[in-house]
Amino acid sequence: MATTTAASVDSSPEVRSPRHSRRKAAGRRNWLGGLAGWLWLAVVLIPIYWIVITSFKTQSGYYATNAFKPPASPTIDNYRLVIQSDFPQYFINSVVVTAGTIVPAVLISFMAAFAIVRGNSLFLTGVNGMFLMGLAIPLQATIIPVYLIIIRLKLYDSLSAIILPSIAFAIPLSVLVLANFIRDVPKELFESMRVDGASEWTTLWRLVFPLTRPALVTVSIYNGLAVWNGFLLPLILTQSPARRTLPLAVWTFQGQYGNNVPAILAAVVLTTLPILVLYAIGRRQLLSGLTAGFNK
Amino acid sequence: MTVLAGGPPRADASSGGKTGSVAWMVLPALLVFVAFGVIPLLGVVGLSFSRWDGIGDIHSAGFASWRKTLTDPNLPHMLYVTFLIMILSWAFQTPVSLLIGVFLAGHQRYREWLAVLFFIPLLLSSAAIAVAYKALLDPNFGLGSGLHIGFLSQDWLGKDKLALGVVVFIVSWQFIPFHSLIYQSGVRQIPRSMYEAAEIDGAGRIRQFRSITLPQLKYTIIASSTLMVVGSLTFFDLIFVLTAGGPGDATRTLALAMYKTGFQANLMGPASVIAVILVLVGLALALLLRRLGGGGSSDSQMEGA
Repeated sequence: MATTTAASVDSSPEVRSPRHSRRKAAGRRNWLGGLAGWLWLAVVLIPIYWIVITSFKTQSGYYATNAFKPPASPTIDNYRLVIQSDFPQYFINSVVVTAGTIVPAVLISFMAAFAIVRGNSLFLTGVNGMFLMGLAIPLQATIIPVYLIIIRLKLYDSLSAIILPSIAFAIPLSVLVLANFIRDVPKELFESMRVDGASEWTTLWRLVFPLTRPALVTVSIYNGLAVWNGFLLPLILTQSPARRTLPLAVWTFQGQYGNNVPAILAAVVLTTLPILVLYAIGRRQLLSGLTAGFNK
Repeated sequence: MTVLAGGPPRADASSGGKTGSVAWMVLPALLVFVAFGVIPLLGVVGLSFSRWDGIGDIHSAGFASWRKTLTDPNLPHMLYVTFLIMILSWAFQTPVSLLIGVFLAGHQRYREWLAVLFFIPLLLSSAAIAVAYKALLDPNFGLGSGLHIGFLSQDWLGKDKLALGVVVFIVSWQFIPFHSLIYQSGVRQIPRSMYEAAEIDGAGRIRQFRSITLPQLKYTIIASSTLMVVGSLTFFDLIFVLTAGGPGDATRTLALAMYKTGFQANLMGPASVIAVILVLVGLALALLLRRLGGGGSSDSQMEGA
């Protein structure tokens, strides 16, 4: 199923053939959908607009002026304040946690998916069933024992404390999506690798890895976004400011500068900026990545 | 969500030839998943029968935590709030996402650009969203006082019903784009020929939507609903940052109660009981939604999965 979705998303430029546009043009308009679409776009954009313009106002200017008017003399003092409040450190922490999670998570999920597709044993069937179960269970509900394990491993208040459970939480969906893609690799290719005397290990990296690259990117994006924006694990498993990740930092920043709304919003903008930049670069990949696995 | 469809792995690709042993390749993932997924899941059941303050030693406590939690007069209210938020956000998000998804499935250029802006909330963290809305809705410093409009100057997060409504709204703000995206890709997979045939038969736009789009989207609707419903059990970040469960306990969901009981009141036993309830509710809902999808046909949904 994920296969189909991703395939159709990948091929969407081709899908946009003249035949369809003609059908749409000739067909009646979807007024209700259009209305809902434009209305909700306004609902989405108005708060974002407000966040951005307010982040360039001074605190006194914020109270004095109309909330939806852009500032007459924009200031970047808020951003300076945020950056001086150790946000570069929090940014690095977030990068370390995100990269430290998705690289191992995707690689071991990829190996597992390969084994599940290629192998043929009761053991592998059982493991696959266990991963599938992991998808139906809200894993956050296991946070208390995770906390206990992290304490016992003496990892509390370290970035590894966030990384290890994040990898585990990422495995079920990653294995599912990757296995779907690996099943699509034509049998003949495996056969010819075998005839050439390649081992399974070689087949994995030389044949399957390049062929499933879109799926690997998709899975990395999906997990990366979840980890980058994660809040519960950092909240519970770390303590010191030096280990803070960005979502946690925004929250504590608000606690510190409660009334300085422009500064708080500058923090919101700054923490979102890296993702927005990535979004601008890899929009198509990102959007297809988010839904892969959810349609038949 | 195929997940819920379950089913044995298929060995199509491997049946082609005799292979060396590959089973070991599953081990790294298995090890990490068992250590930080399976053991904690069993552990949470174990801890629900214990007494632990989060720091000291763990003592066995039999059914004490269960008795305490199940007879807690606040439990029905927590469940009520959890399900109310779940149902309201589902009932609001589903029709809107469906409408927008169908709309965005059109291939006009402007709709593609619309979609680019439309999906921005998907990228923000719940914490950042909650922080921004908290500032926006502040009765003294936020939207209302900025605009000097009386209606908007309400104490949005200070009144029970308003706060709950705000939570539902922000959840929708955050997730409608995601579900629209799911519906968009679902709609794009419906064979064009079905609409062409319907048009030849003279079926109108609404008739087409009812007789083709909706039935064809059946599994998409179930997948999206499952994500909404099961996902709503774990809305933690948003509510924690926005209202911390308040005012009073107006927005205290199960997930929030678990955190507060465990990590603020240091009662890990009762908190584990709440966690077990969360897992059971989640599993029950997932199974129920799968049943709605038709037990038998869900296997065919696994086709290629």
